[in-house]
Amino acid sequence: MKIAVLSGKGGTGKTLVSVNLAAAADQAVYIDCDVEEPNGHLFFKPKKVKTEIVSNRIPVIDHARCTGCRTCVNFCKFNALAYINKKVKVFEDICHSCGGCQLFCPEKAIDEKDQPMGKIESGVSENVRVLTGILNTGEASGIPIINRLLEQGVVMDSQEGENTNGHTVIDCPPGSACSVMESIEDADYCVLVAEPTLFGSHNLAMVHELVTLFQKPHGVVLNKCLEGENPSEAYCIENQIKILERIPFDHKLGTLNSNALIGVREEEDYQRLFSTLLQRIVREVTYETTTDS
Amino acid sequence: MKLAMPIEGKDSMKNVSPSFGRAPYFLIYDTDTKEEKYLENSAATTQGGAGVKAAQIVADSKVDVLLTPRCGKNAAEVFEDSGIKLYKTREGSAKKNIEDFTEDRLSPLEEIHAGFHNHGGR
Repeated sequence: MKIAVLSGKGGTGKTLVSVNLAAAADQAVYIDCDVEEPNGHLFFKPKKVKTEIVSNRIPVIDHARCTGCRTCVNFCKFNALAYINKKVKVFEDICHSCGGCQLFCPEKAIDEKDQPMGKIESGVSENVRVLTGILNTGEASGIPIINRLLEQGVVMDSQEGENTNGHTVIDCPPGSACSVMESIEDADYCVLVAEPTLFGSHNLAMVHELVTLFQKPHGVVLNKCLEGENPSEAYCIENQIKILERIPFDHKLGTLNSNALIGVREEEDYQRLFSTLLQRIVREVTYETTTDS
Repeated sequence: MKLAMPIEGKDSMKNVSPSFGRAPYFLIYDTDTKEEKYLENSAATTQGGAGVKAAQIVADSKVDVLLTPRCGKNAAEVFEDSGIKLYKTREGSAKKNIEDFTEDRLSPLEEIHAGFHNHGGR
């Protein structure tokens, strides 16, 4: 089962929830899709780490063969090509690596080159296989890394064998834009993490809209809960969104977390809290599947 | 000499468009014949890379100079390769800016922004 953990703003506790959910499972694959600032690995401290380079395919023009017909320039939907001074010019940072220019060039004057844009690290931390996507500084988009991560996750999950109760937890980037959509595309369930502020509830509304649009079964984890008003909780009640868990604003959990320790592995209370949460999610998904069929 | 300018409508009394890549039209003006031509900017509605496409349209019009309030780095690269010089417009009508340019009151555009978007969805 694939569980995506997301939130509209950064710092609500996506990584806290993802890391602890994965740690609470018998066997899990944890995928850090927050490729601009992956930090799940700081908690897991994975061993036997292997690195894979991820590249974009960028067109290279053979100017000797090019006749200046502009087929490629006119084809490119992203406007990554221009014909200037009788030469095709490639704007590499706009190119989406679709390969269409090469395919349509009637003169076969376009080749492609690999342009590294990031890497994936995979390792093991006790019961959890840890996959981390790392985007190179200055790159415009981490989507190719996210796609590769999710592919790898599927391979790893199938390696766990059928009898283990394996889960894949996807730690998404913050927000509700392209990279988040890519991260949740194949998820069976979306966990929205929200904090008890007006800002938090506003951003919860954004991701809620996203998961609704994607028709994903979803529920909310209210993090950093205090006594008194919780605008995110009010939003859930108003919109009849399932509240999966309320994590208290707790000094002990905060301290563990800021020391890059995993609550589930340190304290029985948290083991219980996140196991229950995981069971609740599994039940939600099973229920969804039964009612859908 | 031929010059180009992003413009809000098909009339030289209209204002210079605040955006280059997303301007609705380009005015192509010949300072010798005083001829005005208006090109629709097909880049205005594209998802991404509007600057490159708009710059291609302007470069294909074989102008010598572009008068614009701003310009992104990709479009600026196209203009550099095409040998088109950039001048910074002032607020107001295209006509006023043409006058200002012909009387040497506009200064070269030196600030090239890095682009606003980065959300091409790659």
